[in-house]
Amino acid sequence: MESVGSIIVYVVIALALVVCSVLAVTTRKILRAATYLLFSLFATAALYFKLDYEFLGAVQIAVYAGGIVVLFVFSILLTSHPGDNSAKLASKKRLYGLAGGLAMLIVAGYSLISRASFLTATASGDNPVMEEIGMKLMGSGHGEYLLPFEAISVLLLACIIGGVVIARKR
Amino acid sequence: MEITMLYYLIPSLIMFCCGVYGFITRRNMIAILISLELMLNSVDINFAVFNRFLFPGELEGMFFTLFAIGIAAAETALAIAIIINVFRVSEKIDVRDVNKMKF
Amino acid sequence: MEPVIPIIILALPLTMFLVLGLFGHKMSHPLAGVLGTAGMGVTMVLAYITAFTYFFSGNPEFIDADAHTRLQSIIFNVDWLAFTDSLVLRLGFLLDPISALLLVVITTISFMVHLYSNGYMRDHHGVWEKGFQRFYAFLSLFSFSMLGLVVATNIFQMYIFWELVGASSYLLIGFYYTKPSAVSASKKAFIVTRFADLGFLLGILVLSAYTGTFNFTDFTSTEVAEGVYRVSEGTAEGIRAMIQNSAAPMFMGASVLTWALVLIFMGGMGKSAMMPLHIWLPDAMEGPTPVSALIHAATMVVAGVYLVARLFPLYLMEEAALNIIVVVGALTALYAAMVACTQIDIKRVLAFSTISQIAFMMVSLGVARPEFHHGLGYMASMFHLFTHAMFKALLFLCAGALIHAIGSNDYTAMHGLRKHMPITHITFLIGCLAIAGIIPFAGFFSKDEILTATMGHSMLWYVWMSLVAGLTAFYMFRLYYLIFWWKEHKVPEGHHAPHDQPWTMTLPLVILAVVSCFAGFVPFGNLVTWNGEEMFDSVSFFTNFKALDWSVASISLAVAVVAILIATAMYKKENPLPAKMKNALPALWRWCHHRFYWDELYMFITHKIIFGCISKPIAWFDRHIVDGTMDGIAYVVQRSSYAIRSLQSGNIQRYVWVYLIGALLLGAVTAICLM
Repeated sequence: MESVGSIIVYVVIALALVVCSVLAVTTRKILRAATYLLFSLFATAALYFKLDYEFLGAVQIAVYAGGIVVLFVFSILLTSHPGDNSAKLASKKRLYGLAGGLAMLIVAGYSLISRASFLTATASGDNPVMEEIGMKLMGSGHGEYLLPFEAISVLLLACIIGGVVIARKR
Repeated sequence: MEITMLYYLIPSLIMFCCGVYGFITRRNMIAILISLELMLNSVDINFAVFNRFLFPGELEGMFFTLFAIGIAAAETALAIAIIINVFRVSEKIDVRDVNKMKF
Repeated sequence: MEPVIPIIILALPLTMFLVLGLFGHKMSHPLAGVLGTAGMGVTMVLAYITAFTYFFSGNPEFIDADAHTRLQSIIFNVDWLAFTDSLVLRLGFLLDPISALLLVVITTISFMVHLYSNGYMRDHHGVWEKGFQRFYAFLSLFSFSMLGLVVATNIFQMYIFWELVGASSYLLIGFYYTKPSAVSASKKAFIVTRFADLGFLLGILVLSAYTGTFNFTDFTSTEVAEGVYRVSEGTAEGIRAMIQNSAAPMFMGASVLTWALVLIFMGGMGKSAMMPLHIWLPDAMEGPTPVSALIHAATMVVAGVYLVARLFPLYLMEEAALNIIVVVGALTALYAAMVACTQIDIKRVLAFSTISQIAFMMVSLGVARPEFHHGLGYMASMFHLFTHAMFKALLFLCAGALIHAIGSNDYTAMHGLRKHMPITHITFLIGCLAIAGIIPFAGFFSKDEILTATMGHSMLWYVWMSLVAGLTAFYMFRLYYLIFWWKEHKVPEGHHAPHDQPWTMTLPLVILAVVSCFAGFVPFGNLVTWNGEEMFDSVSFFTNFKALDWSVASISLAVAVVAILIATAMYKKENPLPAKMKNALPALWRWCHHRFYWDELYMFITHKIIFGCISKPIAWFDRHIVDGTMDGIAYVVQRSSYAIRSLQSGNIQRYVWVYLIGALLLGAVTAICLM
């Protein structure tokens, strides 16, 4: 049985998540879309905290909210003039989009609920210790992640080079 | 009231559907990228949720999320580099203008 | 014998070819000429040393002194391509009487031609011919190929060099590649000989498929010591027995051995210009005259004779093959002699004369039997090859000197040159006497041996060949008189009278003339016989003279003298007799003059029948059926691609739509199925 405070926190997070997501894709001002994205990312981070994944939440805030959204903002400022509105969507197109989204919602939601013997599981376990995370990232045994860690470092390097090559002035 | 797994999965699903809607309807490439981030994010949530509720003793889901965040950062950086390059060439970032890769 | 000298003999001309071919254009003209000539001179000296060692050293690897028998000696033999254990292609150096003989002939003539070309390949003002260095490079290539051909230890090596010889002949005939006639002549020579070589290759394959070997020594000889072989009929009989005992010894009514030998002979027919594959040789005269002397008179064209001689013990096993050789040779000899009587172009006369003389050698090989005078025909054939090379090269080089002085190939532009060009006159006369068979010049002895051998075989061919010998004397003296007598040409105002050429051109003439005077006294019977056995117990300068069968010799001499007298009567002074003769037999004259319309026949066969009836339908099939199928497939693919290409719109959101619908359908189906 959850405490009332926990339920209230959950409701706030879930609402923020849903509302900010919807607004992020429906607002016509691109800078606002980025801002709503920022808030929904924060909400996600809060969700991680709620699930007792504190490191994950910290990474979410640092990388997503701190890094990627800043990138978005910079690129938006580079590519559009402040105050520009994107053109109003044709109703037909919006209808198609809605249909697609709703169909997705229905199919996924239906399969979620219909197969849901495990959906009643409750949260258990503790916040993973930082030391354990570090050991697992640096280990090469079963359930340890040295290889992906290295791979992703190479990927990031490739990404840096690629970004430089693509964006530099010719 | 018990907050079961379903309560976490439903907002995640809605977030995903928002991403789908945005991806289909938006014209601005940065907006499309934002929609993409929403979808990725909802998947990340799912990983963490499944790990916490179904396999509390393990850390697989958490690490998947961790790596997904890293890859998403890389991918976004590259995508934005491309978008800025496209903008430099055509002064527009409307996805309808970037259709030269056909036939 | 150490393999050093033989290797140098082959390597030096090849090196000269590479040096002159790659760096020639950077050399001055005289340097290139001197370099090529010097290289060939060294090769000649080494070849003389080799031949002298072979014939006279008495070394046990070259001669079995007790049995007075010359042996075949493989100096070296390296594996070149080893396909399987049994199928190995080797390159080597086989020294035996005929290869030693040919080494001498080739290097001598080649050196003379190298020397002569220094003068010939420049005009009267000393301006060098364009491509002079290239000319020398090609001459070196030819010499290398020809030397490689004659020393081949196996039939496949011979085939390789055979084709190299053909290729260098093609290059040299087409030396004046800006002249359309030279280009078409080189193509003609190449295609005709290639066609013949197809037969040669088939023959090689048949023979080696049945016997499992390429080596000449395995066909004709038995091994007496390591690398030393002795020609024996027993080996050839063994080959015949092996083929007869094989699974399929007969093909279309003739034995496989006959087929193989006739097919190999077909290659020889192509190279040696036997009827009906002779048509390329007269046209090959488009090349520079020294080339004609070297390739198309003395060396390459006798390769066919050499080939038959090389496999002679095998040919002995098949009477039918030998008879074919005799018939082809005899017909060719008469045909070429008749045509030679009516040609205007002096080089063409010499070309047909060459064909006729090579046919003599072929007939001589065909009638040779061991029973008759130790295979006299074989010896006579090789003897004639030797003497003919000398005097025919002499005649061609004389013709070159005349053409160089006059600037035309036709005797109508010459007439009465004896006072202006005395050296050319004398040497040409010696050449004519030699080929006509007047004692004591070289041709007399060799032709006499041939006629003796022919008579020992069949009276019919003896009479036939004597007639041809008479014709030979007639057309050569016709040519001689028409060039040097007949009537005097007035020298036009402001022109020099024609005169003898520089020493580089006259020296080879004099040398070859001297050789033509005395070559007949070489005691060939002791040097070159079919199985290596010496014919005479002791030899001296007059051996050949003593060995003459005067009943034959006097008749052939009489025939030659009568023919020369007729020619003298008709052509010494300008008179109406030739025109009368021509009008008396107009049809015969016309046929001879047009070479019996062989070229027209070939044109008809190739253009009308092969091109028209076979190639055209095939071309139509290729263009419409084969290409049509491919075009049809391409058309269908192209149209359907155009039809569906709008799917690939480049609009990323449409792709997402498609993907989404697919994913949803998949999800829905999965959900329903798992329900």
